[in-house]
Amino acid sequence: MVNMTIDLGRGLVLRNPVMTASGTFGYGEEYTDFVDLSQLGGIIVKGTTLHPREGNPYPRMAETASGMLNCVGLQNKGVQYFIDTIYPRIKDFDTNVLLNLSGSCLDDYVKGAEMVDSLDKIPAIELNVSCPNVKQGGMAFGVTCAGISQVVSEVRKVYHKHLMVKLSPNVTNIAEIALAAETAGADSVSLINTLMGMAIDAEKRKPKLSVITGGLSGACVKPVALRMVWQVAKAVKIPVVGLGGISNATDAVEFMLAGASAIEIGTANFIDPAVSVKVVEGMKEYCERHSFEKVSDLIGGLEI
Amino acid sequence: MEEAASAAFFVFLSRQRHVNNMKQIADFKLIAKEDYGRSVLLRLQSERSLPDIVPGQFVQVRVDGSPSTYLRRPISIHDVDFQQNEISLLVQQVGEGTRHLASAKVGDVLNMVLPLGNGFTLPEKCEKVLLVGGGIGIAPLYYFAKVLVEKGIQPTLLLGGRTENDLIRLADYQKFGETHVTTEDGSLGEKGFVTMHSIWQKQCFDKIYVCGPKPMMKAVAKIAAEKDVWCEVSLENLMACGLGACLCCVEDTVDGHVCVCKEGPVFNIRRLKW
Repeated sequence: MVNMTIDLGRGLVLRNPVMTASGTFGYGEEYTDFVDLSQLGGIIVKGTTLHPREGNPYPRMAETASGMLNCVGLQNKGVQYFIDTIYPRIKDFDTNVLLNLSGSCLDDYVKGAEMVDSLDKIPAIELNVSCPNVKQGGMAFGVTCAGISQVVSEVRKVYHKHLMVKLSPNVTNIAEIALAAETAGADSVSLINTLMGMAIDAEKRKPKLSVITGGLSGACVKPVALRMVWQVAKAVKIPVVGLGGISNATDAVEFMLAGASAIEIGTANFIDPAVSVKVVEGMKEYCERHSFEKVSDLIGGLEI
Repeated sequence: MEEAASAAFFVFLSRQRHVNNMKQIADFKLIAKEDYGRSVLLRLQSERSLPDIVPGQFVQVRVDGSPSTYLRRPISIHDVDFQQNEISLLVQQVGEGTRHLASAKVGDVLNMVLPLGNGFTLPEKCEKVLLVGGGIGIAPLYYFAKVLVEKGIQPTLLLGGRTENDLIRLADYQKFGETHVTTEDGSLGEKGFVTMHSIWQKQCFDKIYVCGPKPMMKAVAKIAAEKDVWCEVSLENLMACGLGACLCCVEDTVDGHVCVCKEGPVFNIRRLKW
């Protein structure tokens, strides 16, 4: 019997290392016909901002080779709506429910975090300083050490539970950014958010996305994500949560070996709505086959 | 009267299958295929019993073995046979994904997530109903017309295509009710678009249901709005998940951006900002 438990610190204990990534799993409710949520380490619900956002116009999606671009632009009904309407529906899910919190300015992050702090059944927030699809804020905070330092330290003052910070890959040195987040008080970092990209319809000579650029995700980003997880895991002491193109248990194991303590599954949920539980089973099977008693023994197990 | 009502209720009950509204991810075997040039009819059978499916719902088909196709393809449900656990899809070859699906051979297995979205609102028995289909948009109207006839409602159909070749299975549609046809090249029925058909001058309807290219649906919606007739349209925005999670397929409505996959694909035109 493999011990699948992962302790990410400050009260965030996962039944197993597998979580579902924000923006790819709705509020969990959309997937209950396919997935027994109690089999997952956690679910991270849709990016939420202090104020409601309509998001970007249609079209918001373009398929690419082994992946997709999106420019949804954080469509959501705001933190208060989440607390009043969505939280009561999902709070009794038998898994960790994390809220992905984003903002347009520092105040939005701080106020949002303050409001969520008192929600008993939300053990952590994933602070989104890396959304490439919003004009103000979002990624702006996540691409400089000063920016991330400021937002993380201000949120840290008002948020008392586990604070995970989701990092952008659209930077020159992600290890520096991760280090800045750690120093400012993050309990963990998750990476990578989407890579900025673009798609063009040659026949129409027009961009395929309404706002021209978008975030690339899916199997195609995996090598980039794996490299960044490896770099960040070497640089920081806090746990690293790896994501980016994970589509099966082997991918998940690779991220753990590169230094991730847990992983998130994103775009793969669109292709196989039941993939997350399959990854859990596959990781267990891997540990048994390689005689690991605890899945945590995989963390940073890369032999060089 | 009361006895007749209870007898009818008993028939209703005995026809009811066990309620099964859970979505499934299931493998379907291609058991028959009919070639219609640009489009193919795929008849697919599952070893599992089918979930409840209402007209207007769709499936997400995984496209295996096509390196350039990463996401599933949303395809409307053309016909259902609950006894045989069979679903039919009418697939038009638009891009690489649908070309690959159309090349499937009898015996091949297709993985589908189903049923997705909300179907058409069923009319009252006394209402006069018009189903308008354009191009491959005629696909979901087959199952819809079949269900209407089963419920004792005879729909009128208005089907349009570029040429007569687009009017796939026309003889089968004609069995369900009075069927009118337009083609852009005049090869069959009245020449022009569905909106130009003489039926609009001759007949009145209580409910109009439309599926086709967006400009065509907008044009029919405009006629319906002018006549103040209740009207539903079925949209096909680009989508990724099909479950309401990714928020890619949004349509602008009076309630803001809503997912076509989850809140649609069928919408009342009054809800849309057209």
